[in-house]
Amino acid sequence: MIDHHAAPPPAGPVPWDKDFALRLLADMVRIRRMEEKSAEMYGAGKIRGFLHLYIGEEATAVGALHALSPEDNIVATYREHGHALVRGLDMAAIMAEMYGKREGCAHGRGGSMHLFDRATRLFGGNAIVGGGLPLAVGLGLAAKMQNENRVTACFFGDGAVAEGAFHESLNLAALWKLPVLFCCENNLYGMGTAIERSESQTDLCVKAASYNMPALRADGMDIVAVHKTTQDAVTRARAGQGPMFVEYQTYRFRAHSMFDAELYRQKAEVEEWKTRGPIHTFSARLKAEGKLTEAEFLAMDAAANAEVDAAVAFAEAGTWEPVEDLLREVMTPENAP
Amino acid sequence: MSRRLNYREAMREAMHEALVADPRVFLMGEDVGMYGGTYAFSKGFFDEFGPERIRDTPLSELGFVGAAIGAALGGMRPIVEVMTVNFSLLALDQIVNTAAAYRHMSGGQFSVPLVIRMTTGAGRQLAAQHSHSLEGWYAHIPGIRVLAPATIEDARGMLAPALADPDPVVIFEHAGLFNMEGELPDDWTVDIRSAKVRRVGTDVAIITHGGSLPKAMQAAEQLAAAGIEAEVVNLRVLRPLDTATITASVAKCHRAVVVDEGWRTGSLAAEVMARIMENVFFELDAPVARVCSEEVPIPYARHLEEAALPQPEKIVAAVKRMLG
Ligand SMILES: Cc1ncc(C[n+]2csc(CCOP(=O)(O)OP(=O)(O)O)c2C)c(N)n1
Ligand SMILES: [Mg+2]
Repeated sequence: MIDHHAAPPPAGPVPWDKDFALRLLADMVRIRRMEEKSAEMYGAGKIRGFLHLYIGEEATAVGALHALSPEDNIVATYREHGHALVRGLDMAAIMAEMYGKREGCAHGRGGSMHLFDRATRLFGGNAIVGGGLPLAVGLGLAAKMQNENRVTACFFGDGAVAEGAFHESLNLAALWKLPVLFCCENNLYGMGTAIERSESQTDLCVKAASYNMPALRADGMDIVAVHKTTQDAVTRARAGQGPMFVEYQTYRFRAHSMFDAELYRQKAEVEEWKTRGPIHTFSARLKAEGKLTEAEFLAMDAAANAEVDAAVAFAEAGTWEPVEDLLREVMTPENAP
Repeated sequence: MSRRLNYREAMREAMHEALVADPRVFLMGEDVGMYGGTYAFSKGFFDEFGPERIRDTPLSELGFVGAAIGAALGGMRPIVEVMTVNFSLLALDQIVNTAAAYRHMSGGQFSVPLVIRMTTGAGRQLAAQHSHSLEGWYAHIPGIRVLAPATIEDARGMLAPALADPDPVVIFEHAGLFNMEGELPDDWTVDIRSAKVRRVGTDVAIITHGGSLPKAMQAAEQLAAAGIEAEVVNLRVLRPLDTATITASVAKCHRAVVVDEGWRTGSLAAEVMARIMENVFFELDAPVARVCSEEVPIPYARHLEEAALPQPEKIVAAVKRMLG
């Protein structure tokens, strides 16, 4: 059984130099501030549709993506703002996309759930639960067939594990020994359904083992653990030893989307998990080790807020794609490169 | 020099040519390899090209069609064979929600150069889970190109342009055509943007595709014996439809019968009729008619299966009714 009670905050020395540690902390803060502002702009009617916030889960995307390289492929879900940002997509392009503006990364065609970036090999932003897994298998297959030293990291939630696509994809990837990391962000709920109410086997690593696929589990609230575990998995996949399942045990602090009264969980449970918040626990550790001062943290936070303000200004100043262009980007134009 | 071969051999040749020409091309699907292909389209390929490029998959339609999309995004040029259109329903999520939408959702950043081939159609007493003609459903979806090779020339010539297409192409191969023999002309290149007039006539336009084409040609011969000259249009490309060729033929003949093995309700035939109405209504001397499958899952018993499908006699009768 999954222990629903939050474990104590991580302890022990942070095995990173100050520079690297602060870079990862800054990324978590950037995501947090961007997400808070997105929620605010949703309330203001600037962002519409579904909006799924990553608040509370920042250590997972930041730790995992910093263990990957630019040549690797990323496949994500509709809860992907953080992944897109850390991967290198401009915050302004993300914000403009959520606004539906032409200056967004998909010209407003995708919105919050469909952030793509060719330059950083971010293959979406997929709003079909489990939909990205077969895609990741294929990206892994292409890399293997072309002898490219590329790992594909596919992020998905605990809810996706119940889909048939999960079974088919893990089987294919293991059968063909593909360089794919199945990165499960287990936040214990798929919308309002707790994992015990959707999985006969709640130990997800056991499931992976049934495909002959090695599995690792990391405390998803501890960025050091996330990074180390992902690094181990990447090393193995890059060495041609096949796919790997990685479970990040994490927790979503906010509602599933903006339409969620959170009737399915206790406030106390959320509060308990918040004591393990990835940002304050990590910054406390760094401070205790003399790698971070309060002034540095405040400067980092101010920089994140300034980036967010600039992103909002960019989105506000953005333009609407003319309706005459409605039918663009359905098929590739004849003379496209 | 033109030569004789059958539909299966023509498609096999086309795939062979593609595999030889481009190392990015590979074939993937259930039993495409050691078995030689469910319908022997890839016989011998496994030995010639090896298990990497002639890739047998487990029974995972959703998984391997999705994987082909990923492989296409990763720089390969996969040809996926799905045994039949009925089984493609297990992969429909990946085809519709991923492949067809990908370019649009990404604001034009990514195209998906993928070819999916599948068998469609009835006529072999395989009953209700192996006989359906759902290509009309696929033709409903923006973001993919839908082809229905119906002649030896189509079977030989459609794959190369489909592989060259930067977007997903779904090819429907009617099982009733596989053993059909014919002359392959010297120039068998096919333009996958246009329909083709297969028989020139003046009295009625018979517009059809896939497995119904030979039936329409037979009907046209019977009609000719009765002094009625039918023009037969092979749609070939079901999405996007070549409206110009359809309307030109109807404008010339002033009458039209649409033949479609899909069920009548919500059929591709209905779409073709609507386009005729929209474009050449005032050219018509009679209401447009259609011959489709009856509204029943395809039955097993031979006489019932035959009764459920468009047949030359039904086409002849429809034309004669129209001409009064
Ligand atoms: C195939 C499919 N079914 C249902 C939904 C509706 N839906 C969106 S998110 C979600 C929960 C998914 O939970 P999980 O995989 O744990 O991811 P999380 O939202 O917790 O990050 C559901 C049911 C969907 N988008 N796709
Ligand atoms: Mg979840």
